[in-house]
Amino acid sequence: MKQGRGGARGAPAGRTRWSEFAIVALIRVLGFSTVGFVLLIFAFLLREGLPVFFELPASTLLGRLWYPTFGSFGALPLILGSLLVTLLAVLIALPLGVASAVFIREVAPRWAREVLKPLIEVLAGIPSVVLGFFGMSVVAPLVRQWLGAPTGLTAFTGALVLAYMSLPTIISVAEDALDAVPRGYRDAGLAMGATRWQTTWRVVVPAGRSGVIIAGMLGMGRAIGETMAVMMVTGNAARLPLDAAALFKPVRTMTATIAAEMGEVARGGVHYHALFGIGILLFVLTFLINLAAARTILRRRRKGGLR
Amino acid sequence: MSEARVSTTQVGTTQVGQTQVSKASVRELTYSYAGAQEPALARVSLELPEKAITVLFGPAGGGKTTLLRLINRLNDLVEGTSRSGQVLLDGQDIYAAGVDVAALRRQVGMVFALPLPLPGSIRYNVVYGPRLAGVRDRARLEELTERSLRRAALWEEVKDRLEASAFSLSGGQQQRLCIARSLSLEPEVLLLDEPTSGLDPISTAKVEGSLLALKESCTIVIVPHSVQQAARIADRAAFLLGGELLEVGDGQQVFTSPLQKRTEDYITGRFG
Amino acid sequence: MSGQDARHGQRRRRAGRLWVQRLGFLLLGLAAVVVVAPILVVVVGIVARGIGTVDWEFLSAMPRAGMKEGGILPAIVGTLLLTLGTALVAVPVGVGGAVYLAEYARDTAFTRAIRLAIVNLAGIPSIVYGLFGLGMFVLFLRFGTSILAGSLTLAIMTLPVVISTSEEALRAVPTEFRTVAASLGGTRWQGVRTVVLPQALPGIITGVLLGLLRAAGETAPILFTVAAFYLPQLPRSPLDQTMALPYHLYVISTQVPGMPAGVQNGTAFVLLALVLLLNFAAAWIRRHFRRRRPW
Repeated sequence: MKQGRGGARGAPAGRTRWSEFAIVALIRVLGFSTVGFVLLIFAFLLREGLPVFFELPASTLLGRLWYPTFGSFGALPLILGSLLVTLLAVLIALPLGVASAVFIREVAPRWAREVLKPLIEVLAGIPSVVLGFFGMSVVAPLVRQWLGAPTGLTAFTGALVLAYMSLPTIISVAEDALDAVPRGYRDAGLAMGATRWQTTWRVVVPAGRSGVIIAGMLGMGRAIGETMAVMMVTGNAARLPLDAAALFKPVRTMTATIAAEMGEVARGGVHYHALFGIGILLFVLTFLINLAAARTILRRRRKGGLR
Repeated sequence: MSEARVSTTQVGTTQVGQTQVSKASVRELTYSYAGAQEPALARVSLELPEKAITVLFGPAGGGKTTLLRLINRLNDLVEGTSRSGQVLLDGQDIYAAGVDVAALRRQVGMVFALPLPLPGSIRYNVVYGPRLAGVRDRARLEELTERSLRRAALWEEVKDRLEASAFSLSGGQQQRLCIARSLSLEPEVLLLDEPTSGLDPISTAKVEGSLLALKESCTIVIVPHSVQQAARIADRAAFLLGGELLEVGDGQQVFTSPLQKRTEDYITGRFG
Repeated sequence: MSGQDARHGQRRRRAGRLWVQRLGFLLLGLAAVVVVAPILVVVVGIVARGIGTVDWEFLSAMPRAGMKEGGILPAIVGTLLLTLGTALVAVPVGVGGAVYLAEYARDTAFTRAIRLAIVNLAGIPSIVYGLFGLGMFVLFLRFGTSILAGSLTLAIMTLPVVISTSEEALRAVPTEFRTVAASLGGTRWQGVRTVVLPQALPGIITGVLLGLLRAAGETAPILFTVAAFYLPQLPRSPLDQTMALPYHLYVISTQVPGMPAGVQNGTAFVLLALVLLLNFAAAWIRRHFRRRRPW
């Protein structure tokens, strides 16, 4: 019973076998390609960015002064600038996002859900540069008026815009987490005479706690990598944000620095390598954040028996 | 490999009873799913006589569906299973290396418990198999469509609307369409897994009628959806319980004077 | 008497708890409003301020007088070309990858590595994609600052969206169809090609559109790979530079002093409209076909 049987029914066994083999091989390669791309990206960042670590001593790299024209590449203000804006953004977005997710999943009537979800999807799609433009031309003047910051282009303005940009991520992850809370938890809460509010607050939300943490992490990953909007609304002054007043002064993030300076840099020079060096740092940071979040998600998925 | 070849030559065609020739045989088949404590099938041996209806019956979880799906290697799609023993078709091991599984499945058709039309027209469904097998000739496909639908006793009801969606048919019609779809490959063996479980009595009668006609040209193995149905159509009957084959014999004999106490208990409705 | 008191107390406590519930729900709803209202403000604001400037000339003319007059045609064409180029690469690679994950991959360490890679690709900052595109396509492969380099960069960035949504669409197709195809002598690929892919197509298209709209609106990845500051002509080959809407908006709102607000607002409106259009198209397809599918 080799191939003869199929042949009797008109199967062009050989040809089918070969084209099928080729297609499946291709699909396999495409499946593997994503791993290749991640490696490729990292490889090219290293290729262009590693030299800076030999060109400049580590102490200089972590110095307090980023002033490329004078050969001073202290990345500390940029790193702290990014951290300040990002943390503030998550601080604003996480409670808002989680509360909205709880509202959408547990409380909202159907019609409200059908208004909220598409709007949040729209937010996810609005280009960063459009939000930046809006932040610049509408939000910044308000900040200037209300808070008395000279230009309105401040760390706070950036955090505000960033918070909204990370909201879609936070909400969708938090929703998934609430979704994963077993139906039985809710029923048990209600059966014991708790109100829906008590059940939601004391049973459902705590059960989805790890999800909330992941939401915060991924929101942070999204915020720290955001470029255009931040660049347009933070004022871009590379100074150390060390006191509370720094909130309402301009800052400069790592991403904005790359975007603003790469265009005018001599290829292969120290400055060029330094900008790629910042790229390496960003890559590693977001990689770690996503790695941690993904591990938690994948682990839970396996425990839950979902494929 | 060598073992398979030995048995192949030894058991070219096995005699079953006096006149019937065995189309397929199951040899010492043991089969387990991933993570299961007990095997789904334990050392099952069974002859499937040519041009006859063999009924696999017994309570749920007895391994009937698993056995059925092993006869055309449909369980290859399930991951993490283990199997020992053989399934022979015309004396050759279908699990031997180098077997063309697609060709095997064209030869051994399968109809499922629920009617599962593919999204598309009635005609599309019927010619789906032959077209995958490379049949392009329009006249040939036309002819296959009519013949298969006639053999499944559906032709008269659908001949004027072959282009209509398969989902526009009633449940009973859909199931006969699925039978026609299998028949269009002109299989030598047809496996049916509770094909009438979702159907009303009239549709059930039509399906059974077409099966009785089909056995002239086809070896049929069916998991019936009731003992009554089993008794109505069985030429040969096999009783499966907890993965073991308890009793097998002539249909008339198994349902009127079973040899085993537990078979009798099941037939008379004391359990299951 | 005391029984009645207890019942009374219970009722009062229950009423109190209901008040807490009402207040809690109100706060949650308020949070949702705080999230959503600014979105409406942004969309309505951009549309209201921009729609007035947009006329046929704005859409169809070359920019003049240092971009302060004329239209934004090259930016629109550039963005459309970049999006098309992105689709040409991201769709086959992404859908192929999704087919692998949904239909072929078993749960091995390697498959987990692929999933991890997808999550990480999705998390890499867009500006880092820009750096990568500069390093690999512009410099290493010598494509120069070109539509080709930009499209490839955007395509890799879009991959995770296309893969995840396509995989989801493929998995939503009932297993039974695959089993039926196999039982009729179909190979796995034949089942995928004839049944699974056609059934998943609306979902895949939705995902592709969502990925593309993100690519169309991105600025950071094209900064150093394709974007031209001021180039009042249409590109003639994939190796040409081009203007692009998002970059153009960035340029005219931060880099050119004395830019008329009308041009800025109009550009923001056109970009937002393009993206929203894709968004609505995706939503419509999803809705429409979900209702029509037979299973």
